[in-house]
Amino acid sequence: MSRSNDNIALQAAGLTKIYGSGHTEVVAVRDVSLSVSRGEIVALLGPSGAGKTTLLTLLGLIRPPNTGRILIDGTLVFDNHQAQVDVRRFRRQKFGFVFQKANLIPFLTAVENVRLAMEIDDQPAKVSRRRSMELLDYLGVAERAEYLPSKLSGGEQQRVAVARALANHPSLILADEPTAALDSVRGRQVMELFVKVAHEQSAGVIVVTHDHRALDVFDRTLEMEDGQLRRSGT
Amino acid sequence: MNLATKDIKHNLGRFSLTSAGIGLLLMIVMGMGGIYRGLVEDATLLVERIGADLWVAQKNTRGPFAEMSRIPRDLADRALVVPGVETSFGFISYTIQRSYKGKPLRLTLQGLDWPADRGLWLPIAAGRSLGQAHYEMVADITSGLQVADKLKLGKNFFTVKGLTKGMTSPSGDSMVFMTLTDAQAVQYDMSPESIRIERIARVNRLFNIDLGQIQPQLSERASGLSSGIPALGTSMISAVLVRVKPGYNIEAVAKQIEAWPDVSVYTEQGQKQLLLKGIVERSRRQLGLFRRLLIMVSAIIMALILYTLTLDKLHDIAMLKLIGARNSVILGLIMQQAILLGCIGFCIAYLLGQWIFPYFPRRVVLVRGDLYSLAIIVFVISILASLLGVWRAMRADPGEVLA
Repeated sequence: MSRSNDNIALQAAGLTKIYGSGHTEVVAVRDVSLSVSRGEIVALLGPSGAGKTTLLTLLGLIRPPNTGRILIDGTLVFDNHQAQVDVRRFRRQKFGFVFQKANLIPFLTAVENVRLAMEIDDQPAKVSRRRSMELLDYLGVAERAEYLPSKLSGGEQQRVAVARALANHPSLILADEPTAALDSVRGRQVMELFVKVAHEQSAGVIVVTHDHRALDVFDRTLEMEDGQLRRSGT
Repeated sequence: MNLATKDIKHNLGRFSLTSAGIGLLLMIVMGMGGIYRGLVEDATLLVERIGADLWVAQKNTRGPFAEMSRIPRDLADRALVVPGVETSFGFISYTIQRSYKGKPLRLTLQGLDWPADRGLWLPIAAGRSLGQAHYEMVADITSGLQVADKLKLGKNFFTVKGLTKGMTSPSGDSMVFMTLTDAQAVQYDMSPESIRIERIARVNRLFNIDLGQIQPQLSERASGLSSGIPALGTSMISAVLVRVKPGYNIEAVAKQIEAWPDVSVYTEQGQKQLLLKGIVERSRRQLGLFRRLLIMVSAIIMALILYTLTLDKLHDIAMLKLIGARNSVILGLIMQQAILLGCIGFCIAYLLGQWIFPYFPRRVVLVRGDLYSLAIIVFVISILASLLGVWRAMRADPGEVLA
């Protein structure tokens, strides 16, 4: 995949995250640098405790790094631990999140869960209603739009979660083990869905996964160990 | 999209039960305030209804309600000749306890100075006011007596001719109105044996004093009816009620009567103050304190409920933060529910109170001003109570969703 600066969704350089201090100090992420282009899907692999989820919280602007820089769509967001922008606004406008569990709001229907992501970004109700239905249709769960999450299967819930992640045309989608709660067939379907989303919606996608059976769908794989990126492959 | 109402709809059962609980709690607060008001109103009710400008009571007493007062009945005639006095009535008030249909019946008897005072000022709810000089009475509806019921008081049967509404004494007993003469007959009723003993004692007392030695003929009368001995004095009443002519200064008339060495005089306002600062003061303060405590307890309980409701949603709140929701969205979710909970609780309290309060043993008076105040207090409590939940929600870490 060709890359240009305009096309880069995420650039991270020298990211380090340290928890605790003194004897209890743990370096969860050590000097990690990476970049992800729009339309690219990247797998982040590694054993438990390698620092994958911590790296995801840094890249997702959920926690600040101790050192390092993060640029999203060319905008400097974190310079060391200092936020340079309103990170919450940045999260709702530039990011989509998908997790092991769908984490849908239980008292909202499928379509309302998708709409919520748009409405908290002040998009008009009419627009959000139309786009959320389009997204659910795109992901093949339009007929379940008015169902509460408790009435949806695990796979359907994940599709709704993906639709919510796509709602605000994100530059980057971060997925933390999104297939861990699904069987292999449905897991593969979700992974292929990310490929589709990355390519068709032109979003960069980083997927933390243990599922080696679906690695063939990724453009790139990164492997973490002891808080550091060890290898990368294509 | 309103997240608060969506959440409520989803957890309707729990929200309804919580609202009902808050409603019951607020009903007790409301009831306590109503009892407080009822106590104050009951205390001053009769004084207000009678509408006398001046109350003439026994010298150095705070009668006739705050303490016992006994003055001669003819004091009403003395008062009538004071310049500026338009009318003056005798008045008697005391409490009795009898048994009626197997149940204890406490009544505060009020004697009206028939025929000048026929009780036309009474708030008659059924039947009529007093129509004759004897053996009729008007009872308050809370006594349980019905029109045409007959009650034996003293040696006579009294027929209930009318029922009043809301006429209870400061101690909460139902008021009963009859003529002054009947009220005195009931008050001073003695058994035949007591009368016989008293007559014998009277004769003996007479022979022990000079009068008996000088006028032995008196002994014949002494062994007869009390009314046959003018020297024994007039009958006693509790107070004299004076109305002042229009254009006359009430204080000035009061001063004139006050100058008599055998009476104390109180204006209507003074009489009310005696009641409020005397009879009901402790109860009033106790209720007021209890009411404030209940409001504080309600605030704490509401805070705990809202905090628990917030804790239940903490994961969703973390998720909202993660996807970039502003604090105002989260604040709205918690506070709107809190305010809705308070409002619904208040409405439940009011509606339930309207239904239950009439069955309370003491009168519960809901004053509009108190209801508005309570509504504002509930609103403020709802907001303050939600702050604990808001504080916890603001501390929710969006990273918890990943964990």
